[in-house]
Amino acid sequence: MLLASVGVLLLLVTLVVGVCFGNVSIAPADTLVILGHRLFGWPAAVTWPQSSEIIVLELRLPRVLTAMAVGTALSLAGAVYQGLLRNPLADPYVLGTARGAALGAAIAVLLPVQVALLGLGLIEVFAFVGALLAVTVVYRASRLGAFSSLTSVLLTGYAVGSLLAAGLAMTMYLSGDNLRQIFNYLLGSFALASWPQFAVSLLIIAVGSLLMGSRTRSLNALLLGEEAAAHLGIDVRRDRLILLTGATLVTAASVAVSGLIGFVGLVVPHLVRLVVGPNARLLLPLAAVYGAVFLGLADLIARIPGELPVGVVTAIFGAPFFLYLLRHYRTGYAL
Amino acid sequence: MSGAELELRGISVDYGARRVLDGIDLHLAPGELACLLGPNGAGKSTLLRAISGAVRPATGTVLIDGVPLDEYERPALARRLAVVPGQTVVAFPMRVDELVALGRVPHEHPLLGPQAVDRTAIDHAIERIGIGHLRHRDVRELSLGERQLAVLAMTIAQGAQLLLLDEPTVHLDLRHQVDTMELLRDLATRDSVTVLAVLHDVGLASHFFPRLLLLDDGRLIADGEPRAVLTPERLRQVYGVDPRFVTVAGSPVKPA
Repeated sequence: MLLASVGVLLLLVTLVVGVCFGNVSIAPADTLVILGHRLFGWPAAVTWPQSSEIIVLELRLPRVLTAMAVGTALSLAGAVYQGLLRNPLADPYVLGTARGAALGAAIAVLLPVQVALLGLGLIEVFAFVGALLAVTVVYRASRLGAFSSLTSVLLTGYAVGSLLAAGLAMTMYLSGDNLRQIFNYLLGSFALASWPQFAVSLLIIAVGSLLMGSRTRSLNALLLGEEAAAHLGIDVRRDRLILLTGATLVTAASVAVSGLIGFVGLVVPHLVRLVVGPNARLLLPLAAVYGAVFLGLADLIARIPGELPVGVVTAIFGAPFFLYLLRHYRTGYAL
Repeated sequence: MSGAELELRGISVDYGARRVLDGIDLHLAPGELACLLGPNGAGKSTLLRAISGAVRPATGTVLIDGVPLDEYERPALARRLAVVPGQTVVAFPMRVDELVALGRVPHEHPLLGPQAVDRTAIDHAIERIGIGHLRHRDVRELSLGERQLAVLAMTIAQGAQLLLLDEPTVHLDLRHQVDTMELLRDLATRDSVTVLAVLHDVGLASHFFPRLLLLDDGRLIADGEPRAVLTPERLRQVYGVDPRFVTVAGSPVKPA
């Protein structure tokens, strides 16, 4: 309970701080009044320039919210993939989502047509579809039996991923002047976030999160393996598919709007597990909250010096912090 | 709650083209304690898996309390039947009480999780197995014997009236083997839980189990009390060993 309250508090602080800072300085007091005035109808005399309002409401707020939604999505997906595959090294990209999305985006960059709908360009749509296709191929190709060893899924994911990586390398090689655009996408960024994009991704992430959240009991039983879970009354085939679908949907939506951001989905679930243990009823909600905080802060740090790729920031700050926790945190949950 | 009745009618199981179980008929009364013996590859684990529904028989029916296995809802079956594997591996750090709590999965509210009644059952199970001192330890740091006790506690928390155990004593030292056997006997007599266990130790089986089932090459070749089942001829025929090496219920088997 304490952790949840602290998490929500941190979430609000991150939101406000994230909206206050950026490469155009607007006084934090002004920012707060703009937010209050426009969103909650606080009575306030308009003393700020129109441009400040646009920066706060049309650029920063959707950006911070998108970063948080993606942080939640990646943490949840990481927790679910780790639980399903019973592998602590699993992350949201383990079944080929990352490379599927990257290849999709690269192909979109090379296509001569440019269409945009609801703030979503061809790149986002292709990335989303690419991620979904990659996981579908992996899932189909690994021919899951009733209780298959999930090692086969991991290996199939690796094989399909390598094939996609070859396709990506080829596309990048052929891309000429567009190489930088593809590269930027691969590094991950929230610089292009907008309200319509946020709305679409939030919808998909919400649906996927609900799917995963409805199966916490199965995730708990699956800690003992698929056959043991079946003996505890779990419909393993059905629930495995529901969990995979949820995790893949949210990952694909995240990759589509923000590119590839590593580390969040691997580390946040482990951090939460170190403190509260493996019970999915605690793990999923806390991973959702702290994932949002983590990526919200990482994006803030990424834009203070200009525009760093946010994936670089998550790794630079996340990895040492994780190492520190691994060495010094003792709760009885030795990792 | 009374013990469960188990009945098998003509169970055969095929793995590909190979028939691993051939026409098994079996009846266990509520509260009965039976042990399944046989050499490696005889089909013992497969038989347990057919009873628990993990493999589908090619022919035949499994009935629990007179109801065919297929007609049970999964959670309802899990409240009636529990399986104790020989070895349990957990993928993540987990405390003993969290492991025991998994026994409540078929009982608890699907979304709200364990309620007061579940927590009471968890405490009872930990008390009954006598592992209160291990309660907050990480399962992965326990010895194999302690871990097996934690799994047994989880099974008690599950509250099933039919227990299937696949070599529950395989990693245990003598003390823990005897404790486990006494616990099974206690469950059968006091709570009239029906117990079917696979064991490799013929001596342990004949000492603690009033009824032995001998499986060889997918067929049930003997069924009855230890001395009637473990005759010198059968030991030689099934295991291919000199029966003088074998002790049944405390005394050596005399060659006929």
